[in-house]
Amino acid sequence: MSDHPLLRVNAITKYYGSRVGCTDVSFNLWPGEVLAIVGESGSGKTTLLNAISTNLMPTSGTVEYRMRDGQFRDLYRMGEAERRFLMRTDWGFVHQNPADGLRMTVSAGANVGERLMAIGNRHYGNIRQEATQWLGRVEIDADRIDDQPRDFSGGMRQRLQIARNLVTGPRLVFMDEPTGGLDVSVQARLLDLVRGLVNDLGLSAIVVTHDLAVARLLSHRMMVMKEGRVIEHGLTDRVLDDPREPYTQLLVSSILQV
Amino acid sequence: MPTPLVVSEVAKSFTMHLRDGIQLPVVENVTFAVAAGECAVLGGPSGIGKSSILKMLYGNYGVDAGQILITHDQETVDIASADPRTVLALRRDVIGYVSQFLRTVPRVAAVDVVAEPLVARGVSHGKARARAVELLEKLNLPERLWSLPPATFSGGEQQRVNIARGFITDHPLLLLDEPTASLDAANRAVVVELIRAKKAAGVALLGIFHDNDVRAEIADRIIDVSGFRVTRDAA
Repeated sequence: MSDHPLLRVNAITKYYGSRVGCTDVSFNLWPGEVLAIVGESGSGKTTLLNAISTNLMPTSGTVEYRMRDGQFRDLYRMGEAERRFLMRTDWGFVHQNPADGLRMTVSAGANVGERLMAIGNRHYGNIRQEATQWLGRVEIDADRIDDQPRDFSGGMRQRLQIARNLVTGPRLVFMDEPTGGLDVSVQARLLDLVRGLVNDLGLSAIVVTHDLAVARLLSHRMMVMKEGRVIEHGLTDRVLDDPREPYTQLLVSSILQV
Repeated sequence: MPTPLVVSEVAKSFTMHLRDGIQLPVVENVTFAVAAGECAVLGGPSGIGKSSILKMLYGNYGVDAGQILITHDQETVDIASADPRTVLALRRDVIGYVSQFLRTVPRVAAVDVVAEPLVARGVSHGKARARAVELLEKLNLPERLWSLPPATFSGGEQQRVNIARGFITDHPLLLLDEPTASLDAANRAVVVELIRAKKAAGVALLGIFHDNDVRAEIADRIIDVSGFRVTRDAA
């Protein structure tokens, strides 16, 4: 077990004018740990994810990341170029809508290969081989490598987006409703895939979801948000099986049983 | 040898916020210990809080008051106040748990469900699977089911997958929530044999068994949970 967190989030607050996005959120994320952020629409979970992943400048608070050299760096004091490089290599971001994370008019192979080129790979044969291997890992047939993602189904697009993000061997992956627009059967396949990859690669991940079943399956720990605040926080099965806060009890009791 | 499990003055109640915040007291002043190589059984009628006690010991339920001290490798941790990361590490290395019902994961084969706790501890997939197959064989789960996800299995089949998963590691503390409830006599006998092997290996076991025959065969001691009932009115 590592004795240093990978990410230290300290008192992140984001206001949109006078409206609260999220308030005073602090937590540590440890290597290999998956944290779920749950809450209904408008609870501030996506704002928080964007503020941590430097897509959105917070009003106050700090986010520190432990670089590969073991030093913590404040992400908002980093230069733009360095931050971009970090996002391209050490981080992944899986968007709810695959079109936001993919280039829809270049081939599947190029979508995966592009991140490899960004970290300096130049050998075409190697890149193609690596891309093919990753398509296999996300269960996309090798003969689709030259097709464009706009010709793919929703589930395939989402799997391609995951391959694109993981090909550079990131240590931290952000996911925003990764199973959002998918059919239930497609969701199950994707969840199983993500769960396996996270375990095998020892990734840390922060997953925003409104689906408690997704949180149960993927995460070790969860935070429940309401009106921009974290109202309950703990081990995922503890929060789901013994919810303390009124709002968490409401969420858990609202799950439809099949 | 230090005592692996010491429970001291533990109390638990549920507050039902959706029903005007009424308090449902469960247990209070729960105090007992389980030694290595011993099988203690929680006794008392249904609904008295036996499963809740096991769930608190596993970190699955929060604890209102008291301590749950788990000792392993000369280190003692109070699981009642431990952070999530510590609880997960304890589950990986120290505390095993066979729940009443198997929570299935879509698409994961029964043999991998069973092997998972070993893989999590760094054992290779091949070795872990071989051990899983041994246990499933011993528990008479038909071979044609091993590669299927257990979601569609019968209750008894799922329970045997669950038992194999719980018994596959050498965790020094094992919690058993009615592991024999939906098994036939032959498979109950297998479970009794597995429990005896754990005792011989020095594992501390704490279980709930409604089956009198099984209980008579494996219990060293009955802990009467009705003694931990909340008697006064909770305000």
